[in-house]
Amino acid sequence: MSVFIDGRTRVVVQGITGRDGSFHARQMMAYGTSIVAGVTPGRGGERFEHRVPVFNTMSEAMQETDPRPNTAVIYVPAMNAAAAIYEAADAGIALIVCITEGIPVLDMTRVMPYLRERSVRLIGPNCPGLISPGKSKVGIIPGNICREGRVGVVSRSGTLTYEIVHQLSTHGFGQSTCVGIGGDPIIGTRFVDCLAAFEDDPETDAVVMIGEIGGTDEQHAAAFVQSAMRKPVIGFIAGRTAPPGRRMGHAGAIVSGTGGGAADKITAFERAGIRVMDRPADVVPLLTEPR
Amino acid sequence: MNLHEYQARELLGRYGIAFPHGGVATTPAEARDIAARIGGGGPVVVKAQVHAGGRGKAGGVKVASDPTEAADHAGRMLGSTIRGLAVERVLVVPATTIATEAYVGLIVDREKQAPVLMVSAAGGVDIEEVAGTTPQRIQRVSIDPRYGLLPHQAAAPAFHLYRDATLARAAAELMQRLYTAFYAIGASLIEINPLATTPDGALVPLDAKIVIDDSELPRHPDLVELRDPQSEDPAERTARAAGLSFIKLKGSVGCCVNGAGLAMATMDLVKFYGGEPANFLDIGGSSNPQKVVAALQIITADSSVRAILFNIFGGITRCDDVANGIVQATRELRVRVPIVIRLTGTNEAAALAILTQAGFSAVTDMDQAVERAVYLAGSEGTP
Repeated sequence: MSVFIDGRTRVVVQGITGRDGSFHARQMMAYGTSIVAGVTPGRGGERFEHRVPVFNTMSEAMQETDPRPNTAVIYVPAMNAAAAIYEAADAGIALIVCITEGIPVLDMTRVMPYLRERSVRLIGPNCPGLISPGKSKVGIIPGNICREGRVGVVSRSGTLTYEIVHQLSTHGFGQSTCVGIGGDPIIGTRFVDCLAAFEDDPETDAVVMIGEIGGTDEQHAAAFVQSAMRKPVIGFIAGRTAPPGRRMGHAGAIVSGTGGGAADKITAFERAGIRVMDRPADVVPLLTEPR
Repeated sequence: MNLHEYQARELLGRYGIAFPHGGVATTPAEARDIAARIGGGGPVVVKAQVHAGGRGKAGGVKVASDPTEAADHAGRMLGSTIRGLAVERVLVVPATTIATEAYVGLIVDREKQAPVLMVSAAGGVDIEEVAGTTPQRIQRVSIDPRYGLLPHQAAAPAFHLYRDATLARAAAELMQRLYTAFYAIGASLIEINPLATTPDGALVPLDAKIVIDDSELPRHPDLVELRDPQSEDPAERTARAAGLSFIKLKGSVGCCVNGAGLAMATMDLVKFYGGEPANFLDIGGSSNPQKVVAALQIITADSSVRAILFNIFGGITRCDDVANGIVQATRELRVRVPIVIRLTGTNEAAALAILTQAGFSAVTDMDQAVERAVYLAGSEGTP
């Protein structure tokens, strides 16, 4: 098993003919992900890489692809990304992964209730997606740094995740699933959702949680770990040296007057029994250290 | 993107929120003329237009009893700095006799993933301070954006503020208009503070603050024009134009990293090894060598930088592209401080070959590189 995606994941790529979409569609296919359809309005009838049918709309892609896709990954530009999420949800997709960065936060305030009513899971936006090594990759996480194993990884970041996954892989710790949940203020799947999934996954033994400044999701995650998890969790918080009031790249990474600083999050982790890395290289020593 | 008070007042005016008429002056003479016109020779308030909290405490808001004094205040403010920011404009508005001061604000609540209306009778002061010390004095109304701010959701806090029904109705209407503006302009924050009442029972908004979500700007070309270039650090402005995310800090280790999370973790590691980062800089996911050149330009322009640290984890970003960028940049620019390069991931071997040939040394371990950069920057680290 793994969480959210596995060998039965069948992906439709929204924005498959775009610069990013085409590049990453090829990467996913090379990794072995089952890419069954693509959508670009106006390009219906084409074949991507001579193989994957391209449709004008998501509903066409769903009706004319057999077996039907169950997952959508979105690479469309920010101003159209919310529309792409609605379209995927209406087409009956159960898992939407939105890679696009720069979706207005107010767009997301309207998207989220729409998805909740339809029980659709969204991962992202502004995220690297997810990978279950050896099974499937949906998004942009480089497959070559991952290996099959039993550590679950969940992170708000992209390259920082790669750094820590790289540390794990080179020291013999493979991953069950790595989930990049995204760096925006409003995201579809939060730490707690991922922790719950990893806790229930018989193929995950331990979880690495990579947080950062901004918001209070890490505090909620800590409370969840304390009350509802038996598996060990290792944590990291990026942004200890970030000045308050400045947005550190990610739209969600900002220490505001009402909280969100690294110190509060680290304290919450430690109180919940989450061992906290001082630096990415600490992940393996902490994972192997007896509890 | 932060708007100035005068811009926020003008913008909210389009949504039917009427502020007392004022004028913007860039010279004392203009301030005098505006004061004479709007104040009828009576008292006015001169307000420095800077993006700084605590502006009043820092001397940026002054009451003038007549146009001559308004010119004096404007003369002292214009060209001065408030919390490090140059004052280039002052807003001159009529002085209002204030009976009560309330706070009305709209933000997006990350926790509930929905807009929230915040109202407090403790207006006029910093709302963060109220939130910290007496949070019970702030009423919060969570809004379902599918239905908007419903009439009763505005009425409840309005009647909480005012016993007088006329005032309460006016306040509720103002909240509705504020909510309409919030979505229409793509704001991440709108505040009216204070929302005053006068002794004769009128509701008067006196100050406004608006922050626009940068991600909304492609939809609002008219708002882009409101950006005040002078209110930004020049290096940060250059970085934004080059598509880089950059924030100036006080240390001596210049950092150039791909990815915001890794950039923060790199800064933290500089500190871990006893150094101080000079900046946050995310070159993003692109491999464009020109971005590396722009990044090095910005870092080397900072005279407090004593060593430069590259930390690249190649995924989508190709290490060889970054290596080419470094070689190209150091040919174009005279870099006088040592450069420490860490590259790993996609096309790492090709990158190391390019850099070695150009006389650079590069490592693949993050800790090793950071420790070295801290040492070279002459901080308290060990080699």
